[in-house]
Amino acid sequence: MRSRFGSPVLDASARLLAPFMWLFAAYVMVHGHDSPGGGFQAGVILAASIVMLRLVRGGGTGSGLSSRGALTLACAGPLLFGGIGIGSLFSGGNFLDYGALPLPMDPVQVRVIGTLGIEAGVMLGVTGVLVLIFDVLASWDDGTV
Amino acid sequence: MSRHLPILIVLCPLVGALIVPLVGRVSVRAARGLTVLATMSSLACAVAALREVLSGDDWHYHLGGWAPPWGIEYVVDPLGGGMAVLVALLATLVAIYAGPYLRGFSSLRGATFDSLFLLLTGGLLGITLTGDLFNLYVFLEISSLAAYALLGSGGERAVVATFRYLLVGTIAASFYLLGLGYLYALTGTLNMADLAIRLAAVPSGSAATVGVVLIVVGLAVKMAVFPLHGWMPDAYTYAPPPVTMFIAAVMSKVSAYALIRLLFFVLPAGDAVATARDVLGWVAVAGVLAGSVLALPQKDVRRMLAYSSIGQMGYIVLGVSLGNAAALTGALLHVGAHAVAKGCLFGAIGSMPRQTVQVEIAGFAGAARRAPLTMAAFTVAALSLIGMPPTAGFFSKWYLLRGALEADAWVFAAVLLVSSLLSAIYFFRLLEQIYFADGPPVSEPGQASGVARRSWRVVAPVVTLGAIVLLIGLFNGALVTSVIERALPEL
Repeated sequence: MRSRFGSPVLDASARLLAPFMWLFAAYVMVHGHDSPGGGFQAGVILAASIVMLRLVRGGGTGSGLSSRGALTLACAGPLLFGGIGIGSLFSGGNFLDYGALPLPMDPVQVRVIGTLGIEAGVMLGVTGVLVLIFDVLASWDDGTV
Repeated sequence: MSRHLPILIVLCPLVGALIVPLVGRVSVRAARGLTVLATMSSLACAVAALREVLSGDDWHYHLGGWAPPWGIEYVVDPLGGGMAVLVALLATLVAIYAGPYLRGFSSLRGATFDSLFLLLTGGLLGITLTGDLFNLYVFLEISSLAAYALLGSGGERAVVATFRYLLVGTIAASFYLLGLGYLYALTGTLNMADLAIRLAAVPSGSAATVGVVLIVVGLAVKMAVFPLHGWMPDAYTYAPPPVTMFIAAVMSKVSAYALIRLLFFVLPAGDAVATARDVLGWVAVAGVLAGSVLALPQKDVRRMLAYSSIGQMGYIVLGVSLGNAAALTGALLHVGAHAVAKGCLFGAIGSMPRQTVQVEIAGFAGAARRAPLTMAAFTVAALSLIGMPPTAGFFSKWYLLRGALEADAWVFAAVLLVSSLLSAIYFFRLLEQIYFADGPPVSEPGQASGVARRSWRVVAPVVTLGAIVLLIGLFNGALVTSVIERALPEL
């Protein structure tokens, strides 16, 4: 007999763990510049939390992110990266010259915000791709996402 | 916006690759249109940038406003710009050609195919334009990974063939990266122009030699130069038609471009490079002969063309090895001529009805009556590979022959002539079937699907490529004086 997903113990512990994983992902992303970490690592942590929810609750609803959503993230994250680069290209700088972004702050802060935006893009992209890889491997039979 | 042209050439397909899967959910037609639009705008930017460069100086673009050698720069010069135009042109035509092939696909599969195709295009364009050696590696990996996925989408045998390519290709990329590591350790820079200056000041030692050897071997695998070609025939044979058309046409040429860029513009002309070029010369001779001889007994036409590609890559490597002005002109002209002709040949084969799994030579019986335009283009491209005037292939081989004679390399000259004879044998065998053999009667069931596949979107790109083969041949003088002579390194 195949046991179904989940049990009270698993449910409770996953529920307890997930918010801390998200918080840690945010910390790793924001502190990427002065400690080990950054967008890639934060994305991996975020994806790990979603894969954990999938393992505990099954692939259906309630796992936080659908496969479609993961594909959207995988495209939208890099698009955010590219969008910030193209934004600086439209506001007078070269591609990826965040200092040129038209924000009402002093140039150093604009650069920080630009870098942070790019890191966020990387994080979302990595999360989407890793969840997609998990979903494709888990649904190997029909090969559809 | 025109001062951003160098980056826009690469950005159009890369951003397109990210938008296409999202748009594909709403409308498949819009996603297809976006793919063609992205490649077309990339082509327009590449042509505009090349025009600008031909009328003035090389064009340096600093990413993020960081000046080299600290930042990454993109450089458009006649060599890189010309390659970018070639890649973008083929990409545009293949994007149009892929339309009917993708008709039966689910919207997700179709959009994924288009997205990967745009990633491959963006990666190849990046290699041609970047002025940074590590950035070149990144683009090499982007294009290779996209190519693995596309090649593997042709069914079970394609997956096995692609897995082999994946293993070999990854090792090759690691070789390139390792060699780059040696050069970086010696000089502390990754910018091509800066590295060329600093490396000239470094006394030649074993570290530099190892670096050069690793880089040359890595790129040779990617080019499928003769003894390192094992991955290539299977990968080309089993891949979907539009994929083979694009990858056979430009992917190995872009690696050849990278080799020319490194050997003549970056690495100092010391012992290591001279020896590497000597070895490459004899490897090329073996490759030209082996490719032509192995193509002879093939029954599957795609496999025959794959082996012919190995021989044709040998010509390009031969030009690189000789290294004088005439031979390099021939090599660069052959890069263009062979890319266009091979794209045309594989495109024409992909438009044939698929009665059997294998595309056998006998299956081409009477094809000229069923598809006169496509087969006319096929014939022109085949004549170009044989080297008949006035097609492009004649003139590239002519320059190569002149280069070989100038260098007193009689063996190379003899090999050029012998292999032309061999390729005449295997292509005329096919042309005889196409024009003189009786085809199957028109009422055969396979015929109907063949007509359905042959929409204008399939015929037009193939015929355009056939016309370009003729045009390169007829206007080769103008092409050589205005672009290729200016692309040559100072010898």
